[in-house]
Amino acid sequence: MMSDNVTELHGPLMQVQDLRIEYLTAAEPFRAVRDVSFDINRNEVLGLAGESGCGKSTIAYGLMRLHKPPALIRQGRIRFEGRDVLAFNEAELRDWRWSEVSMVFQSAMNSLNPVMTILGQFADMLNAHEKTPRDKVIARTAEMLDMVGIPSERMHAYPHQLSGGMRQRVALALALTLRPKLIIMDEPTTALDVVVQREILQEVLRLREQLGFSVLFITHDLALMAQISDRIGIMKGGEIVEIGSTTQIVGNPQHDYTRTLWDAMPVLHTEEERSHVR
Amino acid sequence: MMSVLKTFLRNRKAAIGLAIVLAYVVIALAAPLIAHYEPLARVGRPHQAPSADHWLGTTRMGRDVFSQLIYGTRNSLMVGVLAGFIVTAIGTTIGITAAYFGGRIDDVLNFFTNVVLVLPQLPLLLVLAAFLGQVSPLAIALIIGLTSWAWGARVTRAQALSLKTRDYIQASEMIGEPSWRMILVEMLPNLLSIIGFNFIGSVIFTIITQATLEFLGLGSPLTLSWGTMLYNAQNASAIIVGAWWEVIAPCGAIVLIGVGLSLMNFGVDEIANPRMRSLGQVAKALKLERRLSRQRMQEAQQ
Repeated sequence: MMSDNVTELHGPLMQVQDLRIEYLTAAEPFRAVRDVSFDINRNEVLGLAGESGCGKSTIAYGLMRLHKPPALIRQGRIRFEGRDVLAFNEAELRDWRWSEVSMVFQSAMNSLNPVMTILGQFADMLNAHEKTPRDKVIARTAEMLDMVGIPSERMHAYPHQLSGGMRQRVALALALTLRPKLIIMDEPTTALDVVVQREILQEVLRLREQLGFSVLFITHDLALMAQISDRIGIMKGGEIVEIGSTTQIVGNPQHDYTRTLWDAMPVLHTEEERSHVR
Repeated sequence: MMSVLKTFLRNRKAAIGLAIVLAYVVIALAAPLIAHYEPLARVGRPHQAPSADHWLGTTRMGRDVFSQLIYGTRNSLMVGVLAGFIVTAIGTTIGITAAYFGGRIDDVLNFFTNVVLVLPQLPLLLVLAAFLGQVSPLAIALIIGLTSWAWGARVTRAQALSLKTRDYIQASEMIGEPSWRMILVEMLPNLLSIIGFNFIGSVIFTIITQATLEFLGLGSPLTLSWGTMLYNAQNASAIIVGAWWEVIAPCGAIVLIGVGLSLMNFGVDEIANPRMRSLGQVAKALKLERRLSRQRMQEAQQ
């Protein structure tokens, strides 16, 4: 597994302590994330798995403070390199988002503006953080598209002219352009077939080797998660019931729910073979 | 019914709007009880300023402005609501029919809608009213109702067209639901906010247009409405002789009912669109979030 070659720098990249996120309703507020604590280390892929509605995406959005009201971060602390994210003001927040933490959205294909060329979307993003002359924008776009395996002349294409997998790669390239230290991926490959899924995730791992960044990877596809994560957190009903290295979560799950999740996965092997594979 | 009322009361804007509109309805119904004087009788000296006897003063004919205003409410409200019903009924029927059946039916209805849409409205009304002579309030309601539905039909059609492509509509069609059920049960409830706005907008438009027509002298001078009050005020040169109350009173009444109806529309939206019902929570969450952020920022600075 990957965890061996991860080098620990000083302290975790992001620390989440007792995070509680609620959705206000007409009656009692609904507690979607219940006092969750976890760390994301430098250069690690942390997987977050759990059934639909267990609060995975709420955490993902909450970490970037992109949660939409009536969602509300009621209490807790989010520290990024020691800085208190929840105490950022608007300007700091705008500055911090994307340049240090970026996100690949659940329907990454739809997160592109359909009436703008790929180049236009890169230009928008680059200019939002720093005024960039046009030739630099073009050079940067070409470089990033190249990095995710898309011919750079496609930068003048509109999103509808690209395939689903290519759009996903563009979304990934957009998330990587400002060299963030953490990328939050919220079910980034759900809409893709398994072959493209695999290609893209291998791309992510390769880029991580090359550039060095952490990933918070959210999915309900456990097999996929076990393949690419260094550590895995298992969520249920707004709580992280178990968190540990991939080897431990896969090979020696402690919590009943984790075991149930693994048992729910269809296998091609008989019982004996299966324990061998593990 | 109770839940509808609750929605209105929970939303402050809608509650204020509902209160204003209900007040107008009560005033219209209870006019004889509220007004102290016969509205068309000479009850005082001409052009008296507002006083304890005449709350809103008197006209040049010595009639009580307050009583006229109260009785005028009946007329204006009735004309507005009647025309609103006509506009909404025609517009919704044509809009949904055109969108749901499509093809040739859509072509014909849409062409017809476009023709009515490009007719210049106010000039047409002026010509019609002048042609029919000094028209009664009922005729005004009919004229406005029959000439103003095109915009509503257009908007309803557009929204229904977009609804038609939704998955749930296509699913219902595959189940084999009959057209009437598709239209009345699947589509109509989703169009409620547009229909509601169409109705409320039409009522406001009608009240203003009626006042315009009557102000220009095209209505029957014998009816009592806010428009004829303005017409009489104009004829009596009320502004020039400084009898501002004669002008302000009907204008204020028109403005206030417009405000009330518009505010009520917020409640209609909430009833028609379940997603909007969480707006209260959204506002609450935003407020709480801001407060918590401020606290966190202060803590961080210490």
